[in-house]
Amino acid sequence: MEYFVQQLINGITLGGVYALVALGYTMVYGIIQLINFAHGEFFAAGGYMGVIMLTWLSAQGVPPTLCLALSLILTMGYCALLATAVEKVAYKPLRNSSRLSVLLSALGMSIFLQNGLMLTQGVYDKAYPTEMTQGGLHFGMVTLSYMQIIIVVVTAVLLVGLNALVFRTRIGKAMRATAQDKTMSALVGINSGRIITITFAIGAGLAAAAGIMVGLYYGSVRYDMGFVPGIKAFAAAVLGGIGNITGAMLGGFIIGMVEIMAAGYLSSEYKDVFAFIILIAVLYFMPTGIMGENVDDTRV
Amino acid sequence: MTTLASKRHWASFAIGLVWFFFILWPLMGIKPEGLEFGPALEVWSYVAAAALVLFVLWGLKRQGSLDFIGVPAARLAQSLAAPVRVLPRWALILAVAACALAFPFLNERYAIDVAINVMVYICLGLGLNIVVGLAGLLDLGYIAFYGVGAYTYALLSVHFGLSFWLCLPIAAAFAAVAGCIIGYPTLRMRGDYLAIVTLGFGEIVRIVLNNWMSLTNGPNGILGVKAPSVWWMDAGHWTLVSLRNLSGLYFVILFLAVVTIIAVHRLNYSRIGRAWEAIREDETAAQLMGVNTFALKLLAYAMGAVFGGLAGCFFAARMRFVSPESFTFMESAMVLAMVVLGGMGSIPGVILGALALIALPEVFRGFELYRMLVFGGVMAAMMILKPKGLWPAKRVGGRSEERGHA
Repeated sequence: MEYFVQQLINGITLGGVYALVALGYTMVYGIIQLINFAHGEFFAAGGYMGVIMLTWLSAQGVPPTLCLALSLILTMGYCALLATAVEKVAYKPLRNSSRLSVLLSALGMSIFLQNGLMLTQGVYDKAYPTEMTQGGLHFGMVTLSYMQIIIVVVTAVLLVGLNALVFRTRIGKAMRATAQDKTMSALVGINSGRIITITFAIGAGLAAAAGIMVGLYYGSVRYDMGFVPGIKAFAAAVLGGIGNITGAMLGGFIIGMVEIMAAGYLSSEYKDVFAFIILIAVLYFMPTGIMGENVDDTRV
Repeated sequence: MTTLASKRHWASFAIGLVWFFFILWPLMGIKPEGLEFGPALEVWSYVAAAALVLFVLWGLKRQGSLDFIGVPAARLAQSLAAPVRVLPRWALILAVAACALAFPFLNERYAIDVAINVMVYICLGLGLNIVVGLAGLLDLGYIAFYGVGAYTYALLSVHFGLSFWLCLPIAAAFAAVAGCIIGYPTLRMRGDYLAIVTLGFGEIVRIVLNNWMSLTNGPNGILGVKAPSVWWMDAGHWTLVSLRNLSGLYFVILFLAVVTIIAVHRLNYSRIGRAWEAIREDETAAQLMGVNTFALKLLAYAMGAVFGGLAGCFFAARMRFVSPESFTFMESAMVLAMVVLGGMGSIPGVILGALALIALPEVFRGFELYRMLVFGGVMAAMMILKPKGLWPAKRVGGRSEERGHA
């Protein structure tokens, strides 16, 4: 029983991370029907930027709590900037070409960014400073580490904030309108190009937050850490119904939970396979996901 | 001289460079000891200089200042190409064949090694070309079939001692079955879902190879795979000679590559090839015209897998060792990049792409580290500047949606 509760806590933590990454996929797919292969790289870049910021800020004598908060914000800002640049260079010129071209361009950008990270940061794992987040609460055999609490709290804050942004503000309204019908929303005066850029930036910011938290949780980052979580997060987005923001959050938690439970009770070697199997099964039996998809189908 | 390019272009160029610096600097310049500007500025200045040269060239070309080189060069190329075009096709083929046959006798080990590599990738590229170029199905897990072929031969050779030539068709059949297994559930999906699902399948195959210790020996791989052997006249009687040396292997892969090229060429100009292209251009219209789209897409998968399996079989025989390391996603991306760079659906294009992506990096060996970086950049740039590839296929239409926007 204790083992199960422990796995449940771990699953929620991991699920929160996947949910954050999945949101970027689902928002971008919802708005321009592109699987953004470079999205996992924003996650990895966030992981690296996080360790850079954390070590720099703590060397400047910034108190730990402020240090964490500041590096989170700076990292998210950095990745949003990066995503905006990638979108301008690699996706915007292809807005009217075939979907295969954009997909390949995204794949190219993913390889480019991954190797850019490798060249600037080295091939080896980069260790996170873990002293500021060590320790945790113990309930009998179950441990709830401070890091897990931080992940869950930050994820919750970001998810609530995103929900408010998408469903309560003018920008959110413009985003939803653009996702529904690009031509029509342009006709009523929405600058769809800018909205698409903002969507990319927000998605990358969320992925960056996930990256820094994964780095803190596991204690290190690697240049190719974005690839596998990227696919799993995409699986989460599809599971929830692509284009559906609530669905992506739910899908992220389900995938995280399944992965942890499968690793705990079935086989830890094959834990990566389960997310792929879920992805394939969902696409085959329930292609619109559990919450229903929300995609402009005019070009499909 | 008038302005190179309009002021707007210069402004966006400058903004781009500033932007690039702000992205590069935090990664290189923020250290716990303090802020550094030196290394980031150095890298930035190289990139900026290269970008400036390209930008100026582009501007000159746009306003026609380079015509004094471009026009005579084009005329020269045309006058050189004219006699080649007059020659009958068999003469060209004969010349290429003679070069290919003489190659191992005129070059050292290293060059032969590179040539073998290029031809393995030609086989892979042409196989993927069937799936991506002809049928228009984006497959990101293609390397799985290469892996299936390689492991089939490795296991059969190590456990049962079967010969390479017998294993070739077996490996091809196994790969085709794998292609059908992967294709069957995925082919009803939308195009871009197909990409991510094939990627998932490719990863599943690699993870299984990595963890199924009793069959594949896991990450340690399988050692002691036999090299292909042939009957050879030696001192008056026939003996079985093992082709361990490079030139022997060269001829084996040359044979496979030629078979692949002929097969893909014949497929391309058959009813099946035309049906695949119809599916690529417009699936609904193809179905309306009576093309059995599902069966043909499955066939495209299986045929693509067959050539991947053949190449994999050879790979195992050449390395005499297989391990899951060789079948990562990056390999899939590399083969895909060849097809894209050369021109989707074009056989000479794919051959050119394989040459460009395997042989060129050997020339620039000093820049080994930057290979994949350039690769990704070129892939994105190609899609923007020359989406039909270096040597575009003759029969390629615009999709109705593209024409609508153009």
